[in-house]
Amino acid sequence: MAFYIVQFLTGLASAASLFLVASGLSIIFGVTRIVNFAHGAFYMLGAYVAFTLTEQFSGAIGFWGGIVVAAVIVALIGVLVEMVLLRRIYHAPELFQLLATFGLTLMVEDLVVLIWGPSDLLGRRAPGFRGAVDFFGQNIPSYDLFLIVLGPVVLGILWLLFQRTRWGVLVRAATQDRDMVAALGVNQKWLFTSVFAVGVFLAALGGALQIPRDAVNHALDLQIIVDVFVVVVIGGLGSIVGAFVAAVLVSELNAFGILIFPKISIILVFLVMAAVLIVRPWGLFGKQEAPARRTPGLTVNPWRPLTSGERLAAIAALALAAGLPLVGGNYALTVGSEIAIFVIFAVSLHFLMAVGGLASFGHAAYFGLGAYGVALLAKMAGLPMIVCLLLGPLLGCLGAAVFGVFAVQLSGVYFAMLTLAFAQIVWSIAFQWVAVTGGDNGILGVWPERWAASPSHFYWLSIGIAALAVIALRIIVFSPFGYALRATRDSPLRGEAIGIDGKRIQWTAFVIAGTVAGIAGALFAYLKGSVFPDSLGISLSVDALVMVLLGGVETVSGGVVGAIVYKALNIWLVSRTDLSKLVLGAFIVLIVVAFPKGIVGMLETIRNRRRPKLSKPASLTSRIETAE
Amino acid sequence: MNAAPTLLSVEGLTKSYGGIHAVRGVSFALKAGEILALIGPNGAGKSTCFDMLNGQNVPDSGRIVLLGEDTAGEKPRAIWRLGVGRTFQITATFPTMTVRENVQVALVSFERQLFNLWGSTPKFERDEAGRLLELVGMAGYAERPCGELAYGDLKRLELAIALANQPKLLLMDEPTAGMAPRERIDLMRLTAQIAKEQSIGVLFTEHDMDVVFEHADRILVLNRGTLIAEGSPAEVRRNPQVRAIYLGEGLVYDARHREGASA
Repeated sequence: MAFYIVQFLTGLASAASLFLVASGLSIIFGVTRIVNFAHGAFYMLGAYVAFTLTEQFSGAIGFWGGIVVAAVIVALIGVLVEMVLLRRIYHAPELFQLLATFGLTLMVEDLVVLIWGPSDLLGRRAPGFRGAVDFFGQNIPSYDLFLIVLGPVVLGILWLLFQRTRWGVLVRAATQDRDMVAALGVNQKWLFTSVFAVGVFLAALGGALQIPRDAVNHALDLQIIVDVFVVVVIGGLGSIVGAFVAAVLVSELNAFGILIFPKISIILVFLVMAAVLIVRPWGLFGKQEAPARRTPGLTVNPWRPLTSGERLAAIAALALAAGLPLVGGNYALTVGSEIAIFVIFAVSLHFLMAVGGLASFGHAAYFGLGAYGVALLAKMAGLPMIVCLLLGPLLGCLGAAVFGVFAVQLSGVYFAMLTLAFAQIVWSIAFQWVAVTGGDNGILGVWPERWAASPSHFYWLSIGIAALAVIALRIIVFSPFGYALRATRDSPLRGEAIGIDGKRIQWTAFVIAGTVAGIAGALFAYLKGSVFPDSLGISLSVDALVMVLLGGVETVSGGVVGAIVYKALNIWLVSRTDLSKLVLGAFIVLIVVAFPKGIVGMLETIRNRRRPKLSKPASLTSRIETAE
Repeated sequence: MNAAPTLLSVEGLTKSYGGIHAVRGVSFALKAGEILALIGPNGAGKSTCFDMLNGQNVPDSGRIVLLGEDTAGEKPRAIWRLGVGRTFQITATFPTMTVRENVQVALVSFERQLFNLWGSTPKFERDEAGRLLELVGMAGYAERPCGELAYGDLKRLELAIALANQPKLLLMDEPTAGMAPRERIDLMRLTAQIAKEQSIGVLFTEHDMDVVFEHADRILVLNRGTLIAEGSPAEVRRNPQVRAIYLGEGLVYDARHREGASA
């Protein structure tokens, strides 16, 4: 019994940091409507800065002062970020905000390694809380008890701040309707900046307080952000009480999940999250978001099928690509195959985002499932390659079918966070279920059969399948189904009123996108000859998002161009610099701020501008005359 | 007129939120080819009533028999499948599609081709879409992006979309809200004409009394959730209770206000 109580208290102690970070994210979202992906990075920075300060200054004052000063310093960095970057993108679509803050996260990861080095850092014990308390023969670190008390104390302080101060009233008002608050003459700029500072302060404090418990390392950011996303999805974005309750719930589930399913404890959290989402789609304490006021000036280049001339040009480009083996060596062909595979992956996500308006932040899950599907079939069942290529992607299809049921219940940022959490769950299963997936060591020796083994043959296979995937998805875009999907994105209200079951349409699109991503993953497994948990990871999901964005999210086939440019650039960059994350992160931020329409989107806009305006239809002029 | 079949009959429709009775025991019927207006001051329960009819709200009790089926609590898309077209107070269309495509999507749904992955929507029922646009006077705009349309034209487009499933009943929530006076008359004249030609029943809510008295065959007047009057425009115009609400509203409010202040 004592053991379980200790386990419970450990869970409560872990909840403290999680609550601090999640409440910060919630406060920022409530007012600015930005889901700050960089929140994990600020948490990590808080830990690193606190480590340095507590090493420099000795004694209790040095330690506790160091922790608070670290949080303040990071909050000031947050203010800088808000003023320089976020102010430019408050009115951008939420996907762009998530991506920009993710780019920031990538940059911070490399900067942290540059400054503090790649190895884990062990922090000092907290003065006054070094020992442990004996509890019926079980030890509880006294620092854990401190954290258990701290959580509710911070909750109380935040409550007072929001209920008893003028600033708190403004924040609550802005959470309900920020346009109205601005219309009442409140300086929105500084309100947003101060809210962001408070949110970042909480994240950094959460990170700094962890140093006596855990080693500081440069992977902390992604670890915490996934947990935080799960917490806010369960608790409800924008609710601080929700963040607290959900943080406790998730931490306890983790603490006890390890006892029940030692290998795949994260499953338990997932099951609870799924249950909550079914009963309360906006979280335990969340509210359904009021539809946002439409951003004015949204220009859309109308979509149309390719003209016969453009079709010829596309075929010519494909023929040209097919000629690569005549001039390129083996390395060029391998790179070419990889680019072709990423074209498939990118167009699958592009379909979901551009046509369905569903920005999945965990699309790599289905890519990776396809890859694992092939690897398991080839290695365990020993099936021939062609069968594996046909059946492997079905694992991606299956994953998308299951997760899609939950994901399509939500939209916008909730959809993004949920898909990210699902991908992370699949990743941890691949990582932890060593008996089947080989864990970190992956599955090796998945080589193509002789007919596809030579680089040129595999290259032709890849671009052939890529071409088929692009054509198939284009056909679907202009099919009745594609229009039903667009209709659901454009106006769910009107869609429902003309008999469209939006959720079923979106689910079907999710499954299609997941299956196509699975096909890309299946080819990828054969290209690399192996599968690792990386092919399910967050960074691969984000790669896909950047490709879509680079190509242009409002275009029909921008994903193709985005994938080619991005992948080529990426392969070239990685071979050139050690700081690829820093450069990549800066690149993402730059696209979001400077070229939000993407390459193809910009080309289309330029072309449309050149084309002479359509002359007024005859009936219009006649109607104007009659009106006069 | 009396020989026309009943399209919609509502019996004892009731809905309350907390302690507030938004709609209390409302009953009425609507026949094919009839244009019925639902009017009442703000907060009378028009919207609640309307939302229960079109499936966006579930009644606490009461029956809604639409074209022979009890539809209380059914989803909007199920009600649409029965042959009910609708337009919204604030237009809801698909801004990234052309005007013709907006109608084509409705036709796709009507012909149950929503899960067809193969065909080409731009070629789907082009002529039928063109005919519907012609009917509402929008044929000249067919290839325009819908996002570029002026508000009055969006309302016409909505009417074309609403007619795509060959409806027997049209539900129109404040069809002329936000339009210029001249456009209001045009749109309602058009609606009335189509309704008479195709023998479609129309139920609409409206604040503009000129529109109501000119086009409605019959008028229902709601006040604080209950039906207080029903009849032809002439009858309703003469009804003292209706006059009190619409003309003497200020006095009624004042009296209650003083009561409340002294209590």
